[in-house]
Amino acid sequence: MTTETTSPSGEPEVLQRVVIRFAGDSGDGMQLTGDRFTDVSAAFGNDLATLPNYPAEIRAPAGTIAGVSSFQVHIADYDILTPGDVPNLLVAMNPAALKANIRDLPPGASIIANIDAFEPRNLEKAGYAANPLEDGALAAYRVYPVPMTLLTLEAAKDTGAKPRDAERSKNFFALGLISWMYTRPTEPTIEWIEKRFGKNDIVRNANLAAFKAGYHFGETAELFDHPYEVQPAQLRPGRYRNITGNLATAYGLIAAAQQAKLPLFLASYPITPASDILHELSKHKNFGVRALQAEDEIAAISMVIGAAFCGHLGVTTTSGPGVDLKSEAMGLALSLELPLVLIDVQRGGPSTGLPTKTEQADLLLAMYGRHGEAPLPIVAASSPSGCFEAAFEGARLALKYRTPVIVLTDGYLANSAEPWCLPDLEALPDISVPFTTEPNHDGDFWPYLRDPETLARPWAVPGTPGLMHRVGGIEKRDGTGNVDYDPDNHDHMVRVRAAKVAGIANDIPEMEVDHDEGANVLVLGWGSTEGVIKAGVRRVRANGKRVAQAHVHHLHPFPRNLGAVLGRYDRVLIPEMNLGQLSKMIRADFLVDVEGLNQAKGVPFRAAEIEAALMEMIDR
Amino acid sequence: MTAAGTEGTSGEGAGRTVALTRKDFSSDQEVRWCPGCGDYSVLTAVQLLMPELGIRPENIVFVSGIGCSSRFPYYMNTYGIHSIHGRAPAVATGVATARPDLSTWVITGDGDALSIGGNHLIHALRRNVNLNILLFNNQIYGLTKGQYSPTSEVGKVTKSTPFGSVDHPFNPVSVALGAEASFVARTHDMDRKHMQEMFRRAYEHRGSAFVEIYQNCNVFNDGAFEGITAKDKRADMLIPLVHGQPIRFGADLEHGVVINRYGEAEIVEVSAVGEDALLVHDEHRPEPSLAFALSRVSDHPEMPTPIGVFRSVDRLVYEDQVSQQLIDAQERSGPGDLRTLIEAGHVWEVTAPG
Repeated sequence: MTTETTSPSGEPEVLQRVVIRFAGDSGDGMQLTGDRFTDVSAAFGNDLATLPNYPAEIRAPAGTIAGVSSFQVHIADYDILTPGDVPNLLVAMNPAALKANIRDLPPGASIIANIDAFEPRNLEKAGYAANPLEDGALAAYRVYPVPMTLLTLEAAKDTGAKPRDAERSKNFFALGLISWMYTRPTEPTIEWIEKRFGKNDIVRNANLAAFKAGYHFGETAELFDHPYEVQPAQLRPGRYRNITGNLATAYGLIAAAQQAKLPLFLASYPITPASDILHELSKHKNFGVRALQAEDEIAAISMVIGAAFCGHLGVTTTSGPGVDLKSEAMGLALSLELPLVLIDVQRGGPSTGLPTKTEQADLLLAMYGRHGEAPLPIVAASSPSGCFEAAFEGARLALKYRTPVIVLTDGYLANSAEPWCLPDLEALPDISVPFTTEPNHDGDFWPYLRDPETLARPWAVPGTPGLMHRVGGIEKRDGTGNVDYDPDNHDHMVRVRAAKVAGIANDIPEMEVDHDEGANVLVLGWGSTEGVIKAGVRRVRANGKRVAQAHVHHLHPFPRNLGAVLGRYDRVLIPEMNLGQLSKMIRADFLVDVEGLNQAKGVPFRAAEIEAALMEMIDR
Repeated sequence: MTAAGTEGTSGEGAGRTVALTRKDFSSDQEVRWCPGCGDYSVLTAVQLLMPELGIRPENIVFVSGIGCSSRFPYYMNTYGIHSIHGRAPAVATGVATARPDLSTWVITGDGDALSIGGNHLIHALRRNVNLNILLFNNQIYGLTKGQYSPTSEVGKVTKSTPFGSVDHPFNPVSVALGAEASFVARTHDMDRKHMQEMFRRAYEHRGSAFVEIYQNCNVFNDGAFEGITAKDKRADMLIPLVHGQPIRFGADLEHGVVINRYGEAEIVEVSAVGEDALLVHDEHRPEPSLAFALSRVSDHPEMPTPIGVFRSVDRLVYEDQVSQQLIDAQERSGPGDLRTLIEAGHVWEVTAPG
């Protein structure tokens, strides 16, 4: 897809887009290298999307396949939707990094390899019988062997760094080289190194020396004909910053608390890949955020229930295993009809599964993962920056309907970055709900006397005179809230709790459809697949085919026009990173025989896979 | 946010307030424990004590888990949460941290607090959340109709242990002290005055206050504590802990407690060792070892058993520190501004093309 324009030797060649993957050992600093390249590209004005991929182990044995960490970044001069199907360039810091990533490389792609790391011991650890840089195994690629370790040591010679320490700067050498290759400005990285390592002269100087050496190597080594250039993208006008999903989630929660005029109360237990939300919110105590690290997942949500009873905006953040543990307390919150938000950053399951990889297989857990009839609203984020809106919407629904809400993001959204067109903060809606402060029934207070429109019960917080009341997980009489085992009352309560959640359909937007006139195939998605589905649809249209595309952001209840939309198409494709969970829900609710495109590889779909499935369906 | 009155003041505004009575703290719900249950006397003790504490009912929250005793909040005319099994200390931690101005009470039992909820109990105590935790210990599962509990004696024959239980029980006071609780006491359901004194001390203590209540289950474990709490047994079988006093008991105070050469608390005859050898109770010792030694004097309610306050020390309170960090952060950085927050770092402008 790289559109090349001829350029005289030495002049930058202009590309519309490029996908680069940095790969090395967990200890090689590849995530940091990728982050830096991303930030510089964002500042330069490219559109971009990233895909970090790292092992669950903090330090798997050095040099092994298990220890390989990678960071893929897609930069372009137009609006892109995914981190890219396949890399145009792989930076391989050792043989294991090459071996783990080579299968993703299309023929003709480039490889920059740190030849110093391709020595017998590392080759053996990676499972290479012979050196692939020398035996012709890479004939299909353009290979650039660079002695990164040696050149880094040489560059850092005068900084006072011991060789062992200096060697660790080789990721900055790689960053310098790639910065030259893609004509990135150097100043932001130099400033960043100076600030980040300002307290340690030796490390700062070694990193600076390595970065500059890498850049100059590109200029002078004549290894490369010319550098490349990716012009700034013309994005929607506005103010932009770069953001990951977890950061956007944290900001969305702070924004929601502000717009609800309530203190934000977060209690969480550390879990990959959700912990960064806890870390971020723990920083912002000047916003009045109480961020507690609980003794376990159950305690975290229990604390949130206590805080919600006291009138705080309560939030707990977790991933699949934590959702399992919180399920009983979610049922309690649902029965108490108290507002709270549970953020589930989905990861590969079941059990410990793939802690650092992405999946969207918790949809049915969110829907049905509680005993009894226990429906609750579910909102899903569909892009890293979209986590801001999803978190905000989760809080809005929780507060207005006095119900726990599950917000689904996933490992890909959590860690991936993209430019974020900053929202107009003045336009954020007021989502505050009044506390009840007066008796509501003949001089008494009835804690379950519902708002006839929303069916929400009153929220009266401790400290309010005359409104003392008890709530509990035992079934209670609608209205009075008194413990009640009457058969008809229980039947009524089961139905009224369901009706309350179902009624939210009237309070959410209808689903939008991107429709080609005459299209008879619809591709329907939810969650983090939105970008890649849209990229696949672009390809289908570029092939001259007609297709319709829609994305569900509210998974429960569904948008009220969903059934009507489904009825307009002969065939419906639902791509999901699971074995067909939305498919099952759609079939159950609408009796539509949708077809799934399903995978559970721990990595996002590729646009080409969506394209192929759609082309097959359209041509059928 | 609704402003709550400050704990300890009982009126709104400066006007004189009408004295509250037990009725003000009793809900209109019918109490549904078995007739003769020890829970009734604890409820009465609490309802009678509340007016004396000078807190308004709206500034009190009772949080419970699951079990017979956990129905308690329904009978109090205060705010209350009947939560799920074992989690009351965590729910109450949320209440107390969100609203440090409230008086927060946890009602729990031996199964609730020490079996399914053991983790939350020790962590609430470790953090020193300002909670009053009343653990109703009847050494049996009542609500599920009579299985042995984590405080049942070894060999207990129940429906789930027809050949006798084989697991070693917890001593709740030892557990609480092991978790470094800042206030630990024990009382029993046959002595309302003593219960009220312990509950009052718990209320007055800033931080986690843990009170074990020996409570009789007259249906599934009747008379479990009779050997020490019956009126005619108390003098010889209960060892009152009084701060600053030598630890003595018996009708003629003929028995006492000393610390032996191994650091263990040991029951002795005062006549044999002399009065000066007796351990003088000091509930304020920062180091919990002596209190722990006292908790080991009895591992079974058929032996002379200490009651009263084992330990009462000042320690930083969890929610005070949480609140202080918020105040400090605002003083340091000013109140949070959302725009400044999201525009931190690199922000660039994209303008409409030419």
